[in-house]
Amino acid sequence: MKELKVTPIKDGTVIDHITPGRALKVLRILKIPESTSSVVSVAMNVSGKMGKKDIVKVENRELDPKELDKIALIAPKATINIIRDYEVIKKHKVVLPDEVVGIAKCSNPTCISNAREPVESRFHVIGKDPPRIKCYYCEREPEDITEGII
Amino acid sequence: MNFKGRDIISIKDFSKTEIEYLLDYTQKMIPYANGEKHTNVLKEKILCSLFFEPSTRTRLSFESAMNRLGGRVIGFAEPSATSQKKGENLADTIRMADSYSDAIVIRHPQEGAARLAAEFAKAPVLNAGDGAGQHPTQCLLDLFTILMEKKKIKGNNVVLLGDLKYGRTVHSLAYALSMFKADLTFVSPESLKMPKEVINECKELGVEPMSTTSLEKAIKDADVLYVTRIQKERFPDAEEYNRVVGSYKVDSTLLKQAKENLIVMHPLPRIVEIDPEVDKTKHALYFKQAFNGVPVRMALLSLILGD
Repeated sequence: MKELKVTPIKDGTVIDHITPGRALKVLRILKIPESTSSVVSVAMNVSGKMGKKDIVKVENRELDPKELDKIALIAPKATINIIRDYEVIKKHKVVLPDEVVGIAKCSNPTCISNAREPVESRFHVIGKDPPRIKCYYCEREPEDITEGII
Repeated sequence: MNFKGRDIISIKDFSKTEIEYLLDYTQKMIPYANGEKHTNVLKEKILCSLFFEPSTRTRLSFESAMNRLGGRVIGFAEPSATSQKKGENLADTIRMADSYSDAIVIRHPQEGAARLAAEFAKAPVLNAGDGAGQHPTQCLLDLFTILMEKKKIKGNNVVLLGDLKYGRTVHSLAYALSMFKADLTFVSPESLKMPKEVINECKELGVEPMSTTSLEKAIKDADVLYVTRIQKERFPDAEEYNRVVGSYKVDSTLLKQAKENLIVMHPLPRIVEIDPEVDKTKHALYFKQAFNGVPVRMALLSLILGD
């Protein structure tokens, strides 16, 4: 019997081609489920044309593709699909912005951004593929970006 | 070139042309820095000096620079008598200092503290060292010292020695020397090697630094030997510190193998890494280097605060 692992959604947003194993971190960056009451489905290690990938589907909600660009930090090949009545009406490949604020913690324990100060973490993007970031405050470059995701 | 109101946080915020301009301006400050001439260009201006970490040279030379320019200095030399002790965050301390002064100089044990201070202050902020991070005025005075002694920076073989992992001066200096196309050799114990990201920055600026653990090998071709202290306060544990302290010693025996015109520099304080017998030799430049902190800081303050 053929089993459909990932069912299509009628309306909403599909984040496709997420680096395998990173779907939950993508949700954390997007502050899901706190930011939405929509139904969210997550599929991990799904086989696609270009090997394994993760997929996130958010039903009945069209997420702003620009807002989603920040996930390029950990899923640089992800695509955002806006779905209406089962049709993809908009497709957008994530592009890492020049600066990322408040989504990753600096890996340097003595960086002032990790102290009790009224500032959000802030990084300059110094490389896009692969993503490389440098702390705006202490100028250090974390070795593993995914570890710092808040 | 306009420096008015500018924050001085990291040497990386400057272009080569701006650094050249600053070094040129510094030279003009020397007669004022040594008391031969007098000026009051910063009369009525107040510098707030916030030292959350110990300092001798940086703090005194900033104060001397401001006084030599006719300005005034308020502030503290250690945080135990301030509201930090009561748990106040840095942002609030800076807001307060900002309202009391025309410029703020800050030394702090945490990296990025000066950048944060600049965000909360309207007045210009000068970084006097943030943890193991940046120390731009030290970097400028080091460049100035090399330039004065060697007449150019480009092409000199500069050996950076000691704690290259935690030492903030050597990180900024390696970057700045690469901008000026000096040849670089890094000498350190294996566990205190120059971080990869600093080496990559040098390479991006077109310089291929050499790395070795042998000072004897490196000294022969050196034009400048920049010695640094193994900084106990930056080590995560005492055991690691004890393993490497005293790894290198610059003394007259070592200097016999050096070029006649080698200059020995050190940001100071020194502990055991330079034998006092070196002080009397023509190689010793570290006390002159320390003096150069005054004209460099005078140049910066007058350009940032002057009319």
